[in-house]
Amino acid sequence: MERTGSLFGHFRDLDQQRETASLGMWVFLMTEVMFFGGMFLAYTVYRWKYHDAFAAASRELNVTMGALNTGVLILSSFTMAMAVWASQMRKRNLLCIFLIATMLLGAAFLTIKGFEYAQKFEHHLVPGPNFNFPGPEAEAQHAEIYFALYFMMTGMHALHMIIGEGMLLILLIYAWKGSFTGDYHAPIENGGLYWHFVDIVWIFLFPLLYLIDLHH
Amino acid sequence: MALIVVAVFFSVLIGVGIFYLSFRYRRRPGHEVGQLVEGSQLLEITWMVIPFIIAMVLFAWGAKLYVTIRQSPSDALDVYVVGKQWMWKIQHTDGRREFNELHVPVNRDIKLTMISEDVIHDFFVPAFRVKMDVLPGRYTTLWFRPTKTGRYHLFCSQYCGTNHSEMGGWVDVMEPSQYQAWLSGGSNSESPEQAGQRLFTSLACVSCHGDLSGSGPGPRAPSLRGLYGSMVKLSDGRTVLADDAYLRESVLDPGAKIVAGYDNIMPTFQGVVSEDQLLQLFAYIKSLGNQPAQNASAAPGASATTAAPAAQ
Amino acid sequence: MSTTTANPPPASSPPPKAHENYLNANYGIRSWLLTTDHKRIALLYLVSVTIFFAMGGFFAMLIRLQLLTPEGFLVGPDTYNRLFTMHGVMMIFFFLIPSIPAVLGNFLIPLMIGAKDLAFPKLNLLSWYIFNIGALFTVYAIVTGGVDTGWTFYTPYSSIYSNSQVSAAVIGIFITGFSSILTGLNFVVTIHTMRAPGMTWWRLPIFVWTQYATSIIFILGTPVLAITLALVAAERLLHLGIFDPRLGGDPLLFQHLFWFYSHPAVYIMILPAMGVTTEIIATFARKNLYGYKAVAMASLGIAVIGFLVWAHHMFVAGISIYAAMAFSLLSYLVAIPSAVKVFNWTATLYRGSVSWQTPMLYALGFIGLFVMGGMTGLFLAAIGADVHVHDTYFVVAHFHYIMVGGAVMGYLGGLHYWWPKITGRMYPEMLARAAAIILFVGFNLTFFPQFILGYLGMPRRYATYPPEFQVLNVFSTAGASILGLGYLLPICYFVWSMRYGPKASSNPWPATGLEWQTSSPPPTENFEVTPVVTWEPYDFEHRPDLGLPKPERARPKPLEAPGLELGD
Repeated sequence: MERTGSLFGHFRDLDQQRETASLGMWVFLMTEVMFFGGMFLAYTVYRWKYHDAFAAASRELNVTMGALNTGVLILSSFTMAMAVWASQMRKRNLLCIFLIATMLLGAAFLTIKGFEYAQKFEHHLVPGPNFNFPGPEAEAQHAEIYFALYFMMTGMHALHMIIGEGMLLILLIYAWKGSFTGDYHAPIENGGLYWHFVDIVWIFLFPLLYLIDLHH
Repeated sequence: MALIVVAVFFSVLIGVGIFYLSFRYRRRPGHEVGQLVEGSQLLEITWMVIPFIIAMVLFAWGAKLYVTIRQSPSDALDVYVVGKQWMWKIQHTDGRREFNELHVPVNRDIKLTMISEDVIHDFFVPAFRVKMDVLPGRYTTLWFRPTKTGRYHLFCSQYCGTNHSEMGGWVDVMEPSQYQAWLSGGSNSESPEQAGQRLFTSLACVSCHGDLSGSGPGPRAPSLRGLYGSMVKLSDGRTVLADDAYLRESVLDPGAKIVAGYDNIMPTFQGVVSEDQLLQLFAYIKSLGNQPAQNASAAPGASATTAAPAAQ
Repeated sequence: MSTTTANPPPASSPPPKAHENYLNANYGIRSWLLTTDHKRIALLYLVSVTIFFAMGGFFAMLIRLQLLTPEGFLVGPDTYNRLFTMHGVMMIFFFLIPSIPAVLGNFLIPLMIGAKDLAFPKLNLLSWYIFNIGALFTVYAIVTGGVDTGWTFYTPYSSIYSNSQVSAAVIGIFITGFSSILTGLNFVVTIHTMRAPGMTWWRLPIFVWTQYATSIIFILGTPVLAITLALVAAERLLHLGIFDPRLGGDPLLFQHLFWFYSHPAVYIMILPAMGVTTEIIATFARKNLYGYKAVAMASLGIAVIGFLVWAHHMFVAGISIYAAMAFSLLSYLVAIPSAVKVFNWTATLYRGSVSWQTPMLYALGFIGLFVMGGMTGLFLAAIGADVHVHDTYFVVAHFHYIMVGGAVMGYLGGLHYWWPKITGRMYPEMLARAAAIILFVGFNLTFFPQFILGYLGMPRRYATYPPEFQVLNVFSTAGASILGLGYLLPICYFVWSMRYGPKASSNPWPATGLEWQTSSPPPTENFEVTPVVTWEPYDFEHRPDLGLPKPERARPKPLEAPGLELGD
């Protein structure tokens, strides 16, 4: 079906297109909630069963890096919101600047995460044959479960961040070409929704994983 | 039976209804199109409410039966079962061990305490209408009261790998006299309590818990005499029942529950004891009764025993 | 009720010429593999699911052959374990779940609501590719040795002990899951935002309602399966053990997570078939659907309650007595909306004009077999009874009654019903009726003995069995050969009809849906002019364009209460 300007051929008008795109992103985010939800459930069950081991394992995490990452992501959600505003205000250059800022902050998050993962590797906290956790054997086994969940949950989150970076790059390219400063900024808005969602997942992950029993 | 009646009734009702209606109102000249029929909210509600009532009756019946199936009577004869790929190891409390075959006396309540060494299995005796999954890492129980002597199929009914279909056996229900004969005709192998007592020493449990037949507990570890079945006060304020699961956790993950007044210094025996050996240890601990000994030098067996009845 | 000032739709379009419908709009393999036309994508799915159905059916044949003798003469236990696993995986994930939604749903939803395409046509094509990529991983798993865990992948067997291609298979299912998720997303958004003017929610055909309900399940349930399988793969490949009992992992956690999706998945398989049945019954009884709103609401009810019953697969798994009772109660509740639908379908026949053409044979067969399967579900929901029949052939018979007697019959009925619309050709009617009857007979011969086998205690997933079970197994295998014939015939005559079948008009039955208002096959953009809907669904009264006599009003008796009406 042909496309006229920014209106795709199978839609009646831009309003229907916008409503459809927005609903589509919201429904997709619901599926993401269910996706992460499975892991959160597993985490909840095991934390309830092995609270002490989880607390001990959690104290091995670098809270400073985690908190820094939290700040970085919240700031990136701000720059993303500003990007949406800029596209609604039809300010192309500002839009691109904010998209770039968001991407840089996202990259910063991933870099810090990379350092954290490297640290875990060095401290033998990656589950598998090289896992070694000081303490009684049972506690070490339960800590291994903690770290398995840690890597799955933050890893899945990081994967979503990487996909988000790719999405931002594509948006940036089209923004530079001027595609989003007319009547049509649905992709920026929906991209913003996705980015905010990834941020919110981290807001849950940080206290659950890093802040179990800090002052033990 | 009620289930079959309901199922047949509705199947026939709908089946006959469809046949009758599609024949009575078949398409023929003069009847090329259907008539206009008004809906009826009353009818919709009626055929929601009636099935609901039937469903609730079936639920209540099934639930009541299930509760009976799940709750074993307190004076049942204990048997221990360890499932592994692809066989059943059965341990009677008097010492006889069996593989893939379970001998029991008729008209007695029999309670199986089961665990798996590897994957999930399931202990299924169709003739007795009982079945329960056998899990790694956790005990499950199953009970039955055989009312007719005979030989009945035992099947594994949770897929467990290559020889899942071969992991069957028999349950032999015998007259009490024959059962006694079978028991005493057993091998000269030691009873689980004796094996457990041996392990208690060889694994150095005595060094902290003391020699249970003689002197009292050591200063570093709580007394195990009379422990089984009692309520234990923990260091975090909780009070828990010392059942099979508690005993197992205490050996494999001692730090999970610390007894009040003691430190968290017990080492774990994970990887050191097998499921069979755990059951032997617990048989020994249970044989010391569930009342704490008043006299520290009480002779073994003097305390009241409500553990599994002895062979005679 | 129907408005008396309704404007009937315009008369059907004249027969199509070359380059006037979606089939001959473009030629060449690229125009098919890069299409964004929902109708072509539906046909792409038809080809894919038929291939996977054939694979699953082949494994079924080997299973039934093996079970002819107690010792099993055909294959060893390792191979048998792979056979039943791959049969289940192929049939469930690569045939049953996509079948009606991806083939009929894709084709019909835009037509039924008066839209030009789905909301996200490119996403639709991507879904098809994702589906096949996932299937590729699974086929790879099959040809490199197969998987032997059962389609349920219980841990710790699947995550630690199995020596088969578990990782490849679960990765394949993981990938294909996204195809489901995106299709469900597409459907939900489309139904919300792309309805033609005048197509209100209460004017939607029930097929659309059931697809909507199914899509809710796709969206909310499939991601949980995805993450669960990802965790199993992570445990196998990366040693991230979270189900490992040696680390303190809980094997039951896997079961809860797995069944949280896999129970609603069975409603994914049956709801669309219920929608198809509703369409067929109204058309072939030439009568308005009795209790339209009740049937629509019941569809949503099944989807919602279906999420609350998962642990009825775990009554003897080691869950608490209280949990078991809660799930048993809820499982009885989920039967009620299904019962409501069955009663409404039957009531629709009352005072209708019933024709026994092939689609109607499938629809009526669906009702009968679904009722039998559903009744046996009541056995399973009764926890006391379930203890005996769980993990026996009783369960196998129960779910085959629903999935084959129900879902597959619904799928075949739908294919026959909409075949003229999809291809512009009619299939051979008499041969099709014969095939339907052969299928029905073969099906019952195959699976009814299995209820008895299960009750007598034969466990499922057994490569060998005690000799006393042989007679019933032989019956079952004999029935399966007849069932197989019932499947082969449609494949043959459908293919034949695409070239030699008589050309069909736009509304051959005739039926009242919007999809019949356009040519057979439809043009690429579905409608020459966007329709404006002013008539109620299944309304035979205000439709002179159908060429039928005007229906009379029935004298009120006994299904009606004066003064009370539930709008239809």
